[in-house]
Amino acid sequence: MISQLAQVQIQDRSAGDASCVADNGFCPSWIAVNFDRYVDPLLQHIFLTVVAVAIGFALSFALALLAHRRRWLIGPITQVTGILYTLPSIAVFFLLLPLTGRGNVTALIALVGYSLLIIFRNITAGLDNVPRETKDAGRGMGLTDRQLLWRVELPLALPEIMAGLRIAATTTVGLATLAFFAGAGGLGEQIFADINFKSNVVVAGGLAVALAALLDGLILLVQWAITPWTRARTV
Amino acid sequence: MSNEQPSDGHRAATLEFRDATKRYPGQEQPAVDGLSLEVPAGEICVLVGPSGCGKTTAMRMVNRMIDITAGDILLDGSSVRERRPAELRREIGYAIQQIGLFPHLTIADNIATVPKLLGWSKDRIAARVDELLELVQLDPHDTRSRYPAQLSGGQRQRDGVARALAVDPPLMLMDEPFGAIDPINRERLQNEFLRLQKEIRKTVVFVTHDIDEAIKMGDRIAVLKQGGKLAQYAPPAELLTFPADPFVEDFVGADRALKRLALQRVRDIDLWRPPLVRVGEPVAEARAKVADSDLPYPLLIDDEGRPLGWLSERGLAGERVERMLRSSAEPVVELDDVLRDALSDLLQAETQYGPVVDARGRVAGVLSVEVIGHALKADPADVPSGADSLLAGE
Repeated sequence: MISQLAQVQIQDRSAGDASCVADNGFCPSWIAVNFDRYVDPLLQHIFLTVVAVAIGFALSFALALLAHRRRWLIGPITQVTGILYTLPSIAVFFLLLPLTGRGNVTALIALVGYSLLIIFRNITAGLDNVPRETKDAGRGMGLTDRQLLWRVELPLALPEIMAGLRIAATTTVGLATLAFFAGAGGLGEQIFADINFKSNVVVAGGLAVALAALLDGLILLVQWAITPWTRARTV
Repeated sequence: MSNEQPSDGHRAATLEFRDATKRYPGQEQPAVDGLSLEVPAGEICVLVGPSGCGKTTAMRMVNRMIDITAGDILLDGSSVRERRPAELRREIGYAIQQIGLFPHLTIADNIATVPKLLGWSKDRIAARVDELLELVQLDPHDTRSRYPAQLSGGQRQRDGVARALAVDPPLMLMDEPFGAIDPINRERLQNEFLRLQKEIRKTVVFVTHDIDEAIKMGDRIAVLKQGGKLAQYAPPAELLTFPADPFVEDFVGADRALKRLALQRVRDIDLWRPPLVRVGEPVAEARAKVADSDLPYPLLIDDEGRPLGWLSERGLAGERVERMLRSSAEPVVELDDVLRDALSDLLQAETQYGPVVDARGRVAGVLSVEVIGHALKADPADVPSGADSLLAGE
């Protein structure tokens, strides 16, 4: 269904205010009539972003915990995820095409690869910033390494971890606009389908921006809810 | 050791370092070198010394935060080396300089850390938290649900102590627990801890670099020197009177005699008995008293026995004692004053002696510079340790 959408061109500019459309202006009436065509690409965009960030988080989290115990791994992991981060996404889409074909898998691999560095670095920084004396007190009271990690270090790293998630989510929304090069649809497909038509670009682009803002706000809300101590006022 | 009974706050263990040594690979000198000492149950042992003397290392070997290279440490007679570190640590209270309260947990949850590890029931934990907060003089209702960032340094310090006491451990390790607190509050917290200790009678290993704190807090003081060697292990008064070597002598300071005065109270020493006379008393009687007493100057007192001043010769000129003062009674010293403060009062008033009064203001004797001099020659075994002396009058 998604790949079919890629074939559809927005040729029909006739619905709505014809003169506005002819002048290539910003046409609210055209948008009102044609909004339906953005719903599926938007859902696909959300799907790509959420799944990519979720997988990216799971992988980064595992890598960060591994590197937390074996400090020497931090360098190599940072380098490898750094390379993934700097590779242009479009190039990755095309490189992966012969291996994984067109579709979600290709798009997700590229998006996940891009998010790893951001999340990994933030989790690692968050764990490293836990005060030495807090860890010492925990160990001294008889917490095992695992208990210390889950009850003390990770909770205290939450602000940094959530900050990493926010950056990863917003940049992934942006990058997912290129996912249609891998045949995975998304809002980008709508934008490039008629990139010269202002009303189209404004709606598709606007939805992408709104999605980024919404995800950012959602993660911020979650962070607010799970880190009450950061709001405790100092007397 | 069972943690299942409700705590009564009286469990204490003996602790013995037996030739305990810590060597780090690649370092020529051991960090702790053959440390042997015994801490009786219920006493505060202070490890003191210059930085790099291994005092913190020695403390951390007890709960295996640092593992012993050679020798052994025995807790109630059994080796800590045979215990699993995490389990051992849950039985030993642990309070450190920066306190290390968990910033993301409320005070109640902080205190509940070890009880939760030991699987206590919710009700039992809640009751214990309140009990501990009261013990360290914090209002449970007001404090329970706050985060550490919402408390003052002193309150955090008390919570740290409460957390360390959570499962009524028989031994407490304290590493410069008052180090990060301003001098005025530090003094208050020290006194508070000594008062608490009087109640709970834990065995405590207390690390500090401050000899004054060591003298104040310790029942026994272990002075360590560079290379982790024990220079002397003795009660405070003995340490001040008979430093074992030039290092200890230098470390306790040139004013060690004065420091010793801080360990004793006026009530602890033999005071002079002055001739006490009242207005209207027959002069003959008064003169007989003067001849009988340690002091040739009659001290005029009122009907309640409170000092009015030193009587002049003219006051004894008639048949009856008249109110003719040579000088006022100042300075008046109290029985509960420590000798150092009393001496300071005498020096400040530029006088040789001052009347000593009890809690009701009645004369109990006379203190003089000479009397204080005698006290310094006393056997250190008769001088109480810092904690006892400090609390004697309360």
